[in-house]
Amino acid sequence: MPDAHDLLFRTLADPTRRALFERLCREGEQTVGALTAQAGVSQPAVSKHLGVLKQAGLVRDRHQGRQTHYSAQPGALAPLIDWTDQMRGFWQGRFNDLEDLLKRMDQ
Amino acid sequence: MTATGTQARAVVVEREMPFPPEKIWRALTQPHLIEEWLMKNDFQPKVGHGFSLSAEWGVVNCEVLALEPNKALSYTWTGLGLESVVTWTLTPAGAGTRLRMEQTGFTADQELAYRGATAGWPRFFANLEQVLARAD
Repeated sequence: MPDAHDLLFRTLADPTRRALFERLCREGEQTVGALTAQAGVSQPAVSKHLGVLKQAGLVRDRHQGRQTHYSAQPGALAPLIDWTDQMRGFWQGRFNDLEDLLKRMDQ
Repeated sequence: MTATGTQARAVVVEREMPFPPEKIWRALTQPHLIEEWLMKNDFQPKVGHGFSLSAEWGVVNCEVLALEPNKALSYTWTGLGLESVVTWTLTPAGAGTRLRMEQTGFTADQELAYRGATAGWPRFFANLEQVLARAD
């Protein structure tokens, strides 16, 4: 799925954007104001970055009164995370146990 | 199918074992032996038989798809967000057997993808930095 990969990589290649996403992953939902206070860039710049993250499906926004709250959607990273790594480790362990069992079956 | 997370992938584990195929076949198909190296189960060596594998961390639902005694065994492996097929192949190799396991499938459940992503993202970012550094 190169298109999904490209979009995610392009979106996260920007360090400011990546920092915003990381912070939402770590700290949970935040307002634009709270994010701006620590981002080191202007609020319009933060809003623009959040818009790009939203397009990539990496964040979701929720409007409450005048405030917009953003939260991370780390599930969007799924195309980049390979379940086979986890299963390979699992099966290698099972192979070891199977071999131990076969040795015991000899006796 | 939605685009996210449905890409089919495969994992292959292969090992030569100093035991004859017939013996390995027993370990792969007899429930009390399967339990010793894999999980608790109600496996039966019959095509179409539905069974489950269970451990403290969850249950995997399976169905026997194909069976060729001492040579090949294939079953579905569904659960914990993964929809897949596990295929065992036994090939005589010298005095022993080459045992091959191939699991092919994809993640279907967003919850697992979510948990996986949450657990995996710090490592992902470390890798991303490296990839981007190399791409320059």
